Amino acid sequence: MGERPAGVTSTEPVTKVGRGAKTIEVRDVNLFYGDFHAVEDVTMTVAPNKVTALIGSSGCGKTTFLRSLNRMHELTPGARVDGHVSLDGEDIYGKGVDPVEVRRLIGMVFQQPNPFPTMSIYDNVAAGLNLNSRRVPKAQKDAVVERSLRGANLWEEVKDRLDKPGSGLSGGQQQRLCIARAIAVEPEVLLMDEPCSALDPLATLAIEDLIAELKNRYTIVIVTHNMQQAARASDVTAFFNLDATGKPGHLVEVGATNEIFTNPTEKQTEDYVSGRFG
Amino acid sequence: MESASVADNPALARPSTLLASGAGWRRRAKDRLMTVLIGGAFALAMIPLISLVFEVTKRGIPGLSLAFFTEDARGVVGEGGGASHAIVGTLVITGVAALISVPIGIMGAIYLNEYGQGRLRRALTFFVDVMTGIPSIVAGLFAYALFELFLGPGIRLGVMGSVALSVLMIPIVIRSAEEVLKIVPNHLREAAYALGTPKWKTIVKVVLPTAFAGLVTGVMIAIARIVGETAPLLVTTGVVDSMNSDPFHGRMQNLAVYAYNEYRSPGVFKQAAYDKAWAAALTLIAIVMLLNVAARLVYRRYKTEIR
Repeated sequence: MGERPAGVTSTEPVTKVGRGAKTIEVRDVNLFYGDFHAVEDVTMTVAPNKVTALIGSSGCGKTTFLRSLNRMHELTPGARVDGHVSLDGEDIYGKGVDPVEVRRLIGMVFQQPNPFPTMSIYDNVAAGLNLNSRRVPKAQKDAVVERSLRGANLWEEVKDRLDKPGSGLSGGQQQRLCIARAIAVEPEVLLMDEPCSALDPLATLAIEDLIAELKNRYTIVIVTHNMQQAARASDVTAFFNLDATGKPGHLVEVGATNEIFTNPTEKQTEDYVSGRFG
Repeated sequence: MESASVADNPALARPSTLLASGAGWRRRAKDRLMTVLIGGAFALAMIPLISLVFEVTKRGIPGLSLAFFTEDARGVVGEGGGASHAIVGTLVITGVAALISVPIGIMGAIYLNEYGQGRLRRALTFFVDVMTGIPSIVAGLFAYALFELFLGPGIRLGVMGSVALSVLMIPIVIRSAEEVLKIVPNHLREAAYALGTPKWKTIVKVVLPTAFAGLVTGVMIAIARIVGETAPLLVTTGVVDSMNSDPFHGRMQNLAVYAYNEYRSPGVFKQAAYDKAWAAALTLIAIVMLLNVAARLVYRRYKTEIR
């Protein structure tokens, strides 16, 4: 910890419970891959303790935008970010802000469940602690692992085989394992990139129930292709669209989910949510 | 044939698209021809290998004895004596070469795959490829010239041989390690980054363990490739008849040079010298095979299921 410049917030021990969800302010964000302008002029606020769904057709920049919220976008060679993203008023792209610190506060769950194949279930959940060079006593680690697995509704299914490899679980269990891994470091925001697209309906339902519980403690942003899922699981919906292939994606409108689905302001949104295209 | 009963029924009678196609037999003939060609090519490739192993085993066994593994050749004329000094020399020289090459090679591969970008990366890849093609005698002369600068002409040391072998081994390790690191899926790196893990720690704790089995296999195969080198050792470690296990002091014998020497200057007792040369060759092949088996075992034990 000490060797790194000061992070966005004070770096309390990760094991402390309930640091509380935070607000993300996005202002005039433009995202690029080399010369390609992927996302144009996004301004929106992500409210704490709410589930915000990003919907829109393929290639409209939802995932790219999501990855800019925890500075994962810049890991792609040639990728660039313009504009401001702040977490409770602190600019995550500010000078001297360490992206590693940002990612500790803003966790992420990916489209494909990706447990570490060399680690056991236990070690996968404890990975955040082990990898972040903190010496955590075993008893405390056990507590974090159990709490995170319970938080991800996975504890009952795996408590007797914590030392088995994570890759032996079913797809839905693996995804919940990844969620447990993400919440074990007690982030303030949880980003989810189509977390259910590789799962069957039952596993999807389990994840959606979990999301509904998790929003009590975290700010959640979820990208989804599934409009029913956005309607079911989110409080706020942001609709992204692009005018034509090769043009940058942009935010069409953002509002309360039932507004967006029943009474959208924009014609494009209405066409999309009513299934006329996309 | 069931199709006959179907054809009897006029309602169902229509040309079968499955049976009557004229191209079918031609495709099957082509398939058979290619199978025979490929099988033949494989058999052809195996003939020299099998005959080599057979011949070396046949001629090598007469030279094997307890003395061959326990005694050196100091003061031995004709029969008797052994190659223990050469066996020890081979193991020490190769071991030191591996100690030099493995860290450099794996770190080089990490640089190329995880950090390197643009022109520098391309240039380094190019030079690694060039290094793979360096004739082994050139590596030997390079090591000799390097040590001669500091220790004067005529110098012969075990470690010089190790340096020469490292020049040959490093590019092989880099290449194989790079391939293995490339297979580690990017989503695992991203998963670690998303937990707030610094890049170096992601590499040490996630990328390398995932690639472990492949890395070990690559190293073993690189060792197997250099363990039988002769030319670079002739000019760096010299020829000697007595046991020396200190790579930093004095000349050092090894199996390849031992076999070469017994064959080139057998002295009066020709058959005894030839037997020892073949026995040395057989021992060398046995070492290479052991390394390959070990590589497979390690791979099977530690391989990671990667999707």
